[in-house]
Amino acid sequence: MKKVFSRPRSLRKVPFHYCPGCGHSIIHRLVAEVIDEMGLREITIGVPPAGCAVLAYFYFDFDMGESPHGRGTALATGLKRALPDRLVFTYQGDGDIAAIGTAETIHTANRGENITALFINNACYGMTGGQMAPTTLLGQNTTTSPGGREGLRDGYPIRLSEMLALTDGSAYIERTAVNSPVNIRKTKKAIAKGFKVQMDGLGFSLIEIVSPCPTNWRMSSHEACQWIEKEIIQYYPLGVIKDVTKRGQGC
Amino acid sequence: MRGNHVVAEAAIRAGCRFYFGYPITPQNETPEYMAAALSKLKDGVFIQAESELAAINMVIGGSMAGVRVMTSSSSPGISLKQEGISYLAALELPAVIVNMCRGGPGLGNIAPAQSDYFQATRGGGHGDYRNIVLAPSSCQELAELTMEAFDLADIYRIPVIILADGMLGQMMEPVEFPDHKNPKKLSPKDWALTGAKGRPGRVIRSLILDPVLEEEHNWKLMRKYERIQKKEVRYETFLLGDAKMAVVAFGTAARIAKGAVQKVREQGLKVGLLRPISLWPFPEKVLVELGKRVKLFFVFEMNMGQMVEDVRIALGRDGDIHFYGRPGGVVPTPLEISRIISSHYLRKRL
Ligand SMILES: Cc1ncc(C[n+]2csc(CCOP(=O)(O)OP(=O)(O)O)c2C)c(N)n1
Ligand code: SF4
Repeated sequence: MKKVFSRPRSLRKVPFHYCPGCGHSIIHRLVAEVIDEMGLREITIGVPPAGCAVLAYFYFDFDMGESPHGRGTALATGLKRALPDRLVFTYQGDGDIAAIGTAETIHTANRGENITALFINNACYGMTGGQMAPTTLLGQNTTTSPGGREGLRDGYPIRLSEMLALTDGSAYIERTAVNSPVNIRKTKKAIAKGFKVQMDGLGFSLIEIVSPCPTNWRMSSHEACQWIEKEIIQYYPLGVIKDVTKRGQGC
Repeated sequence: MRGNHVVAEAAIRAGCRFYFGYPITPQNETPEYMAAALSKLKDGVFIQAESELAAINMVIGGSMAGVRVMTSSSSPGISLKQEGISYLAALELPAVIVNMCRGGPGLGNIAPAQSDYFQATRGGGHGDYRNIVLAPSSCQELAELTMEAFDLADIYRIPVIILADGMLGQMMEPVEFPDHKNPKKLSPKDWALTGAKGRPGRVIRSLILDPVLEEEHNWKLMRKYERIQKKEVRYETFLLGDAKMAVVAFGTAARIAKGAVQKVREQGLKVGLLRPISLWPFPEKVLVELGKRVKLFFVFEMNMGQMVEDVRIALGRDGDIHFYGRPGGVVPTPLEISRIISSHYLRKRL
């Protein structure tokens, strides 16, 4: 019988621990597929965050080095400078990359560091139990924004990707989502593009992936996917934000 | 050569090609030297990071990749690096971290101080761990210990801290750089992240959710620390042979104390000096031995009394231990110290 679907080489034979309906599982698979398809497994070094994806190194079968919370892009900088011909990527939640690690992220982008950041935007802190994240929407209930996030009290949902696009060192920035088959396919293409930009030595690339966290949103998987469509994407529009390979596009 | 330049040159001679740092006085000449020197080497990498936090994490990344890597800073910046140093310890990654200590707490000042002794020798960040801490007292020693620090870091897979101060960093002295030979003990870094070519993926991590396994990891680190305590103690003795009183001091304070000991010797007082060079591992056994024949101890530090606690631990209750400290960046003269030494000595009628 012809095999039409199998585990990517870059994924270990270990079941994911993520909650049912969580976007991390989908994104892990996409990353592994892209790395396999581009033939990069043997030169890949991944940097998992502190966050729900901290255990990513149990799933990916390539080299992985753990980072303190938020410092992924700085750590990846050290790795990449030491091994410039490897594919180095970080995998970071929104709290990791856009709150505690904002400074590192902006300056890594600004240096045009030749790495790729995968920024998983699930509008909350998953691992620590659903607290407010920098990306939490206005009015969104979390355990630390009871009654809903208020801009002038809690700060506004930050648009990190757009901010990073303003740095001259960033080369490719795209926002995608994994709430539907179409968007999942686009996410895979975006990850591949980010890695290609890195392998071509063009500078910093980042893919922001809007991802469901049904557990902390207190929704079913289906509701979570719909909520992304109806709410998150309205505030965080999908698409390419910056692409230096296409002159005249982006900002 | 200026102390801060010596550190940088020694690092390069020891094979360090990666420097990540953030400016802070009184150590700026180190990154400046590194920026110039590394840019001339084809494999040299210098990054002025956006903060000490970023710098120490770049160090972690470089170290994971298996290269010799260094950062330097001074007290407030070293505080910011502590999270990263804890990770280096947990992940068992080699790195060299230089602290040109200044007066504190807080922003303090830029004058020479030894107030970071506790921070350096007790780990400094969160968790149960130790760093090797080396305390030079001259430019020559800055050169030698910096080079040695890279070897120790690699041999034990541990962060090594050079604890000096603004005085040593700014001081100019002639230096002879020893030839650096990689020690034979160095095994290949078969743990480094290089890409999983022809092998399963490798993981460097410190998250160990199972307390029993985390405990095991802690014991593993502990056994390594015990090996280091057995093998890597370094100290200098000066005129201790016939001494009835021993002065204990490290770094710049030891230089001053040496001058003071010479002065009181001229007055016929039998006083010697013990200078711990490795602050961790601390030369505890040497003190215990010394305590068997010397009854009066005088500890001098440029802080409010930190190393003196290790001296007390070594000598126990029986030790007659006196302390004199000048915190805040004040550097006393040998004359000042010699007067205190002789008053203790004479009061004891030794
Ligand atoms: C210095 C530090 N502060 C706090 C934490 C606790 N912590 C772990 S993960 C996390 C946030 C996780 O949220 P996010 O980055 O959005 O990732 P997610 O879990 O949602 O995927 C926090 C606050 C930590 N590990 N280290
Ligand atoms: S808490 Fe949220 S982000 Fe974390 S595993 Fe569960 S669904 Fe995924």
